[in-house]
Amino acid sequence: MSIALYRIDDRLIHGQVVVGWGQRLNAGFIVLVDDAVRASPWEQELYRMGVPPNIEVITASTVEAVARLPEWDADPRVGIVVAGDVGTIAALTENCHQVTRINVGGVHQRPGRTERLRFVFLSDAEAEQLTRLAARGIQITAQDVPTARAVPLAEFI
Amino acid sequence: MSSPLRGVIVSHAAVAQAMMTAVANITGVTDALVPVSNDGCDREALFAALTGAVGPGPAVLFTDLPGGSCLTGAATFAHGRSDLAVVTGVNLAMLLDFVFHRDLSPADAAQRAAAAGAKAIRIPAP
Repeated sequence: MSIALYRIDDRLIHGQVVVGWGQRLNAGFIVLVDDAVRASPWEQELYRMGVPPNIEVITASTVEAVARLPEWDADPRVGIVVAGDVGTIAALTENCHQVTRINVGGVHQRPGRTERLRFVFLSDAEAEQLTRLAARGIQITAQDVPTARAVPLAEFI
Repeated sequence: MSSPLRGVIVSHAAVAQAMMTAVANITGVTDALVPVSNDGCDREALFAALTGAVGPGPAVLFTDLPGGSCLTGAATFAHGRSDLAVVTGVNLAMLLDFVFHRDLSPADAAQRAAAAGAKAIRIPAP
């Protein structure tokens, strides 16, 4: 198998990821790419609490994730990669590794961001970054849960 | 203890509001619980909502799921604070017990509430 979902979600590992996508994809592991969580064993344990024991949780810094993506992509289990912001996911595409699709799952309101969809708020810089990724051939859609319509980037940018 | 414990219910959607209303309807106690929904919240927004809900403290934070953004947000918010405690898997039974035992420390109240909630989960004989 390979990594089935690259997701931007500022709630990181939560119900939509574990129950919504995890069950639909029959995920065997979830990679949480977040420098702050990687540095905090206490937070890592907190994120593991809500994940069933049959799903492995791997926490990685951005640098570690870039290096280990090929390894995870070759894993026989189905994998989900979650990062909290556009910049982190963009960094994962900088390697020679081929990220072909990105799911924008939840980017919430903050100063400087404007609403693009009910669950997607982006600054102009973040919107431009997504546009640049799309220009490289990466398919970008917004979709919070598997049963929702995948909204193409052009419709919410 | 300077003031009685406050209970803050942290949930998805309107679960917290509904539970607070149910407790008030059953007990008549209306000043013990505060609802917080995670709707539209990232962690910073949830922290802001929790700050307002907790007030000067002390408080017990009741979250709906053992995992998910309500628990991770509440637990991170309360981390290292002795005036706060977190219980996850909130149910009505634990809240009903909590509102009548608000003279405990946050840690003791959390333990008591968790026990009351667990005890209420049963399968009646068919």
